[in-house]
Amino acid sequence: MDVTIIDCGIGNIKSVQRMFQAADGDAEIVSDPAALGDARRIVLPGVGAFDAGMSALGQGWIEPLNRLVIEKGVLALGICLGMQLLCRRSEEGVLPGLGWIAADVKLLDTGGDPKLKIPHMGWSVVTPARENPLIPSDEEQRFYHVHKYRAVCDREQDVLATATYGTTFTTAVQRDNIWGAQFHPEKSHRFGMALMRRFLAMPA
Amino acid sequence: MLTHRVIPCLLLSQSRGGLVKTLKFAKPKYVGDPINAVKIFNEKEVDELMVLDIDATREGRGPDFALIEDLASECFMPLCYGGGIRNAEDARTLFSLGVEKVSLQSALVANPGLVREIADHAGEQAVVVSIDVKKSWLGKPQLFSAAGVKPAFADWREAVKAAVASGAGEILLNAVDKDGTLSGPDLDLIREASALADVPLIATGGIASLADMKAATDAGASAVAAGAYFVFQGPHRAVLITYPRYEELRALWS
Repeated sequence: MDVTIIDCGIGNIKSVQRMFQAADGDAEIVSDPAALGDARRIVLPGVGAFDAGMSALGQGWIEPLNRLVIEKGVLALGICLGMQLLCRRSEEGVLPGLGWIAADVKLLDTGGDPKLKIPHMGWSVVTPARENPLIPSDEEQRFYHVHKYRAVCDREQDVLATATYGTTFTTAVQRDNIWGAQFHPEKSHRFGMALMRRFLAMPA
Repeated sequence: MLTHRVIPCLLLSQSRGGLVKTLKFAKPKYVGDPINAVKIFNEKEVDELMVLDIDATREGRGPDFALIEDLASECFMPLCYGGGIRNAEDARTLFSLGVEKVSLQSALVANPGLVREIADHAGEQAVVVSIDVKKSWLGKPQLFSAAGVKPAFADWREAVKAAVASGAGEILLNAVDKDGTLSGPDLDLIREASALADVPLIATGGIASLADMKAATDAGASAVAAGAYFVFQGPHRAVLITYPRYEELRALWS
C-alpha cells in the first residue's frame, strides 16, 4: 500500500482516498490504530476544531504515530486541521498538539480588511518558500483553502509555502519527513492531483 | 489576488428526471443528466459546486444518498449539497460520502440547533445556511420558502443574524425574484446582508455576466453562485454548459 489514511473520525477521508487513487496511488483507510502496522506514508486529514482533532487522536493514535513518524521516520502529510495538529498548540483550543513541527497555530490576520471574512474560503495561489519536491516553483500553484487559523513557525526553514489573505501566512510546513498543507489538495483539481503524485513519488 | 469563488448551482428534480433550471423558483426546465453535468464542471475546473435537491423537502423525503455519492466521486473540488437534510445523521452520512458542505433551510424552522449540532461535529465551515428572499407585492423583501415551510422569522435580516449566531460558516443568499432571469444581481440585498454577516456570503440570483459577478463581490459577497448563466446559451435558452476561464476570472478581480 502506497498511502495509509488515518480515519479517526475528523476528516473528509473519502475525498482524500479518491484523489490518491486518481493520482495512481494505492490508498487504504485505517480506522484502528493497531492496524497502522508498517505504513509507508501516513496521511492525516482533518476538518473541524483543534481540540476535537486532538481528542480523536488521543483515542490510541498518538503513541503509534510517534513511533512511526518520529522514531522510524515514516513520511507523513497533514492536511488542513491535520497540518495544524502537527504543531505544538492552537489558539483555538487547550489540548497540546502532536508537537512535530515547532509552530503555534494562531487566528488568521486579514490585515483589518472588513471585506475579507473569516473563515478564508477559496482558491489561493501558493508560493513555495524554497525549492522542494512537493510544491514546485516553475508553474503557478492554486489550492482550495478553508480555514480560520494558520501555523506560525519558530524556524523559517520549516515554512514550505505561503499564501496571502489580507496578510501573507504559512500555508505549508515541512521538517524532515513531516509535511503539512493548510489547503485541501484532495479538492484542488489537477494542482492537488499533481501534489498527491509528488507525495507518492517521494522515497518511502 | 483572486479570492472570490464562482460556484455553479445545480438543481436536482427527481420528478423531472434530472437537473432543472427554474425561473423565480418556478417553471423548472430540464437541463440534463446530473452525473454528466458534474463531470463537465469538474473538467472545467470550477471553484466549487453546489447541488440542491428542490423536491426532497416538498416530497417529505431525505437526500438521495446513492446519487450524491456518485456525484461526489466526480468532484475534485468542494461540493455543497442541500435539500431534504432533516438531522445531524443525514449530514454525517453526506460527509462520509465525500460532500464537504451541507446547506440547510427548512429543517432549521423546527430545529434551529441543527446548525450548531452539525458544526460541532464537522466544523462551522461545513454548514451553509440558505436564505431565500422574495419581494412582497409592496416591494418589501421577505423570507421565502420554496418547500412551503413557514419561516421562523418575520424579517429576513433576523434570519441572517440568527444563522451566523448559531454557527453557520456561510450564508447562501438567494434573491428569488432574480432566479433564472439573467437580469443582474440584487445589489441592495447583497449589500445589506453582507453588512449583517461576518461570515462569507454567497450571493445568487440574476447573475448573467462577469461584470455582474464583480458587482456582487463589490457589494460585499465573498462568492457568487449561478445557475442559468452556466447552463443556458443565447436568447432561446439552449442548454450548454459553460464556465469562465481562470484567466478571465483572475483579470476580473485583479
